[in-house]
Amino acid sequence: MLRLRGVRKTFPGTVAVAGADLDVLPGEILALVGENGAGKSTLIKMIAGAHRPDVGQIELGDQDITGLSPAKVMDQGVAVIYQELNQVPGLTVRDNLFLGREPSLLRPLDRSTEDQRARQVLARLGCDVDPDTRIADLDLARRQLVEIARALLGEVRILILDEPTATLTPRETEQLFTVLDELRQGGLGLVFISHRLDEVARLADRVAVMRDGEMLGTWNAADLDRRQLIELMVGRSLEQEFPPREVTIGEPILTVENLQSNDLEAASFTAHAGEVLGLAGLVGAGRTELMRLVFGADRPQSGTVMVDGRLVPPGSPRSAIQHGLALLTEDRKGQGLVLDLTARENFALGNLDRWSRGGWIDGAREEAVFAGHVQRLGIKLSGSEQKAGELSGGNQQKLLIARWLERDARVVIVDEPTRGIDVGAKHDIYELINDLAAQGKAVVVISSELPEVLGICDRILVMHEGRITGEITDPANASQADVLALAVAEESA
Amino acid sequence: MTAERFPWIDPVRRRFSGYGMLGVLLLLSVLFSVLTLQDQHPSGDRAASELVDVLEDRADRQHAILLVARDSDQDRSFLEAMRTKLTDLGFTDVRLAAGGPPIIRAACEELASVDTGRRWLVTLNTSLPVVESITRTLPALADTEILSPRSYRWPTFLLPDNLRNVANQIAVIAIVAVGMTLVIITAGIDLSVGSLIALSAVVCAWLVKALGGAGAGPGAMLLAGLGAVLLCALAGLFSGTMVVRFRLPPFIATLAMMQVASGVAYIIAQGRPIYDAPDAFTTLGRGVDPALGLPYAVWLMIALYAIAHLLMSRTALGRHIYAVGGNLEAARLAGVRTGLVLVFVYALCGALAGLGGVVMASQLKSGAPTYGLMYELYVIAAVVVGGTSLAGGQGRVLGTLIGAFIIAVIQNGMNLTNVESYTQKVVLGLVILGAVLLDRMRKR
Repeated sequence: MLRLRGVRKTFPGTVAVAGADLDVLPGEILALVGENGAGKSTLIKMIAGAHRPDVGQIELGDQDITGLSPAKVMDQGVAVIYQELNQVPGLTVRDNLFLGREPSLLRPLDRSTEDQRARQVLARLGCDVDPDTRIADLDLARRQLVEIARALLGEVRILILDEPTATLTPRETEQLFTVLDELRQGGLGLVFISHRLDEVARLADRVAVMRDGEMLGTWNAADLDRRQLIELMVGRSLEQEFPPREVTIGEPILTVENLQSNDLEAASFTAHAGEVLGLAGLVGAGRTELMRLVFGADRPQSGTVMVDGRLVPPGSPRSAIQHGLALLTEDRKGQGLVLDLTARENFALGNLDRWSRGGWIDGAREEAVFAGHVQRLGIKLSGSEQKAGELSGGNQQKLLIARWLERDARVVIVDEPTRGIDVGAKHDIYELINDLAAQGKAVVVISSELPEVLGICDRILVMHEGRITGEITDPANASQADVLALAVAEESA
Repeated sequence: MTAERFPWIDPVRRRFSGYGMLGVLLLLSVLFSVLTLQDQHPSGDRAASELVDVLEDRADRQHAILLVARDSDQDRSFLEAMRTKLTDLGFTDVRLAAGGPPIIRAACEELASVDTGRRWLVTLNTSLPVVESITRTLPALADTEILSPRSYRWPTFLLPDNLRNVANQIAVIAIVAVGMTLVIITAGIDLSVGSLIALSAVVCAWLVKALGGAGAGPGAMLLAGLGAVLLCALAGLFSGTMVVRFRLPPFIATLAMMQVASGVAYIIAQGRPIYDAPDAFTTLGRGVDPALGLPYAVWLMIALYAIAHLLMSRTALGRHIYAVGGNLEAARLAGVRTGLVLVFVYALCGALAGLGGVVMASQLKSGAPTYGLMYELYVIAAVVVGGTSLAGGQGRVLGTLIGAFIIAVIQNGMNLTNVESYTQKVVLGLVILGAVLLDRMRKR
């Protein structure tokens, strides 16, 4: 139904997509995979009309839609659900559904018809949302369904979803997959971009793989196993997804006692020198909230945090850092980095006292120290003046790790260390986590990816609805089901 | 390939890439130089020296010399300078005539009646036509040589006096803009600076009056200035505390302060300007340093920009100001004392607005609650034209200096080319818009 032939797009300095062919058939789900920067987004944007291909043709049915404007492409029946949802949070679900589809700017809106159609389309998706709810009051999963519903209001033939599950919990993901499955049976052509290969294996009929702007080809999903897929994406063979390491667990470093807030029940735990402690649970279980309390990013109602037996004053990241705590947030761009500052300046933030005297920065020392870390961690930069916002996810994460390495933190808390990071760089991050532990630090890893938690942690705490519900002391011999049982089924226990 | 052939070009380009507006400033300067290119007639000391040299060469010491000029301060200073120099050289018969045609005629007739040999008439270009028409009617002066300074072609815009004027005009706005730049880099805004200028000027003038009025000594004046600056710093501190402690949007917090400060200024001054100040009070605003002839206010401005540039580029505090503006939460989680940084920046901005007010009071030798009206907008315009983003996290202090000068040059250039003041506003608005648009497009 959708046919791409020899589509090519170059930006100044880079070839984003080098002559890609792609076919999407009606009634199938095609997974588009590749590392970050492989050209997936550019390809999608060309289909959607946001970018104009330099050469090549895009056809929908028997119509040439190459280079049409996004609005025209949408009229032809191609809908794209981007990662950043295109919604007005302050308006209701119904208003969002019909935004831009109002028949005339001045004519009064036909509330009852709109309401009816809204309920119809939401029901089709099995979405139990009242059209009068404000978008801001919905969780992410529902917001996504509303976005899909909006696409379905028109005559949609091709639906493209850009990493729809990145921010969903397993249960929400399951719900979304049911919906996608039904749409497939309804004869839609679906394109599905994901970094989660187990999802690809579960859902997709066919898989198209891109690497460095090249379309490598399309395979039947059943013909590729996980390992082959990764190797195709990375372009080299991987030894092992999770690097092995020597574990020597020492004294307790971090001791948390009865830490609690409005949303969290009193939590107590310890993390030891040389240990990688996992914190698993569903999105919204309170893992990030707990660690923000530990780090002082939020103020706890009560409870204590001790590092090496010294009490950390609550509610102050600055004191936490001085006591040897470090936090790498899940939201690198929103809370970790100052995107407008250079990579070096971001690295230096929080470390300036190490090479400044009386407030004056020793620029040469800063350069030298930074250069050392860049080399050791293999951070790829075009120069030390490159802005942090221009780095890839993996390099941004390494940059933040470098900051805390220089600080020589005793306890490093890493929230979703590999979110949005491609397969090749993930391996590097795992190795860095291992290094941190090997240096005798305590590492706390929050992760929603169960294979990851099981693969890199020495011990796992599981949270459910603001409470630590269990501990897995031997992850090597535990299964994802064991973790999930603690994460969701507490009621039955 | 240019980079390969000229390895120095890249660092240079990088150094100036943040100052794209420098090009606009240069272009404007070239434009107004061309538009104001005209015959310049030397006057004052310069003309005096030139003419004294001629007379020294060619005239005998006992020749009668009549110096003619209009009756203005500038012309009189020329006359006095000439007389002093000529007398020093030993000329015995030097006469002066300053005024309109009747006075000049009388002086010329008197000169005609002298018979000590040759007679000389010395005048400025501005009085030359009058002098020539008078001498034509006096046959006795037919052979008298008339000397006047040689005129030359040069843009009025580029005359040292005018450039000094440009710098002096913009000094207050530029000084206040230093603080505003820092505030805007933290993604904030300070609308109260205009009112703080007025408050500071009034408080300063009021303190001078209270501390002795026209008889106030230097210590008293210094105290008055410091008091006014301190008060404004406290006002800024208060705004900053509101922003940090109660999460008020900076726009609202400083809008309130704008009203309060203006009101207090009116209350203190009881709605009238306060004049009682000694002559020495104008030293800061009007005084000129003996070496380069730059006004002290301009020196103050230069010093502040140098300090602020170092602060922002070389110190931890400067780095933290950028970080707070770029991403407040990231800065906080990196251990930056974000609240302290913000309060400091608002207090500094208040203090600099206060300093601007003191300079203004000194320039005008009085303090009135009407000072600084709309200045916040000029100051913000200078910052934005200078390339600082209102979204925060980006910007350079020296860019602001360029921005301030762009505004000053446009105003000055339009004055020189006789553009009407209403039209000036329209042009200024469009130029601000154009400058920022240009910068946006260049960055994209």
